[in-house]
Amino acid sequence: MSPLHQLIALRTLVEKEVRRFTRIWAQTILPAAVTVALYFLILGKFIGSRIGDVDGYAYIDFIAPGLIMMGIITNSYANTVSSFYSSKFQRHIEEMLVSPMPNYIIVLGFVLGGVVRGLVVGVVVTLTAMFFTQLQVHSLAVVIVTALLTAALFSAAGLINGIYAKSFDDTSIVPTFVLAPLTYLGGIFFSIDMLPEFWQMVSKANPILYMVNGFRLGVLGVSDISLVTAFTVMSGLLIGLFLLALYLLRKGVGVRS
Amino acid sequence: MIEPALSIKSLSKTYRNGVVALNDVDLEVKTGDFFALLGPNGAGKSTLIGVITSLVNKSAGKVQVMGYDIDTHFSQAKNKIGVVPQEYNFNKFEPIIEILTNQGGYFGMSRQAARASAEECLHKLNLWKKRKDTPQELSGGMNRRLLIARALVHDPELLILDEPTAGVDIEIRRSIWQLMRKINEDKKTIILTTHYLEEAESLCRNIGIIDSGKIIVNTSMRLLLEKLKEESFILYLQGPVTQPLELEDFSYRMLDDRTLEVVLSHGKTLHRLFDLLNRQAVTVSSIRNKANRLEELFLALTGQSSDTP
Repeated sequence: MSPLHQLIALRTLVEKEVRRFTRIWAQTILPAAVTVALYFLILGKFIGSRIGDVDGYAYIDFIAPGLIMMGIITNSYANTVSSFYSSKFQRHIEEMLVSPMPNYIIVLGFVLGGVVRGLVVGVVVTLTAMFFTQLQVHSLAVVIVTALLTAALFSAAGLINGIYAKSFDDTSIVPTFVLAPLTYLGGIFFSIDMLPEFWQMVSKANPILYMVNGFRLGVLGVSDISLVTAFTVMSGLLIGLFLLALYLLRKGVGVRS
Repeated sequence: MIEPALSIKSLSKTYRNGVVALNDVDLEVKTGDFFALLGPNGAGKSTLIGVITSLVNKSAGKVQVMGYDIDTHFSQAKNKIGVVPQEYNFNKFEPIIEILTNQGGYFGMSRQAARASAEECLHKLNLWKKRKDTPQELSGGMNRRLLIARALVHDPELLILDEPTAGVDIEIRRSIWQLMRKINEDKKTIILTTHYLEEAESLCRNIGIIDSGKIIVNTSMRLLLEKLKEESFILYLQGPVTQPLELEDFSYRMLDDRTLEVVLSHGKTLHRLFDLLNRQAVTVSSIRNKANRLEELFLALTGQSSDTP
């Protein structure tokens, strides 16, 4: 398959993925806006006013970047895990497997589909946030790169979950028992400086901390982690997860007997 | 020299649970052929198709499609194949025109070209009016035709159909037969698996029979049918027969006073049988095979009995 044909195949797959989640926007985009609005209202407005400033910012401003990131993380992950698993369940993944598309185009197509949903939700959540607070971007480049890397990373992670999943239950175990705790403990609602030393060390093992702080640096200009460390961790994880997804698909795990 | 459409050498597949689905299979299908691949349930037909279309990982052996090795030139090999699976595998929520257009896109066709081809295939398969419907809104027969339409979108040279007429009514089956004949006339190679042996006999020029993961027959339909030692016919008579018939060494029995079953062994002719009946003033109004000829051979070759419940 020539590079041009591969590009056409990739575009086809990405467009199909985007059509899929936009067709069911009430399930895929709207809930994130509602959830974030509630967080802003309860944590930001009602409780945040009693907490005071964190790192020199009002609490509602401090949590805004993390909440946007939470929307990106959960939705990019959810997109690939549900889309890939349902294509396995209904067996229309075979449409791709019998085609001349190389495996890396299939992986890339699903990941990009997740990235688009993550970013769309990110924009929707940002617009929702603007009803509650005034966001001023410190560095647009850092915001964009962090959002892209995070969405890609969690899309790849969701894809791996989708490859291994043997039932619909398997698609919700990781988001419930791994992703949600990591997200909530990933510095969205607090600065790690507020934690005892031991828990600061534990927090640094949580990859989501690097993403939230990278994004917070882009928006507010403050972070618990250096930008170089944050980008290194994100890029390393993204490459690792992409290669793992590619390896699994090449081996036929979950899709070929 | 023209490359065979399909060349399989020493192909084996053992599943993780130890089941040997294919055992050292060699098979060649000529370009332009209409080839029947038959076998009892669990014989290895679907595994063989799965390996060719890369839905099943082989354990050993070599597969070439139009001269392209599926391991070393997988892209070129896959480009030549269109596959109609046994079971529906559509996205149930996608309009069928989109399913077909996307399939073209996966094969590297521009959206415009894929859409044009999708529209042509929908017309050809009589599904145009349903183009905006999703597969869950279609009948079983329409979904069968949709499987074929999707396999044709990228204009493959080798079309593999895994029981394409299973569960469809006679009218649709006949229309699918007609379509398959037309595709074959357009120089496309067809490999057909089916449980309807009259379908294979009527459509295919060559035949392979697989049993327990091995190809036990690979020959032309004509040569295979010539091997049939005896055939049974049912004769419907114009008037009742009350006396025993004198039919020399034809073995026969009366099913009722107007229906006669006769076994025609090798070397004996229908002409002679009619001659004998004529002499006894017995007039035959119609005649049919008791069982499909290929069916009788198939049962003999695969060691199955037609009497088995």
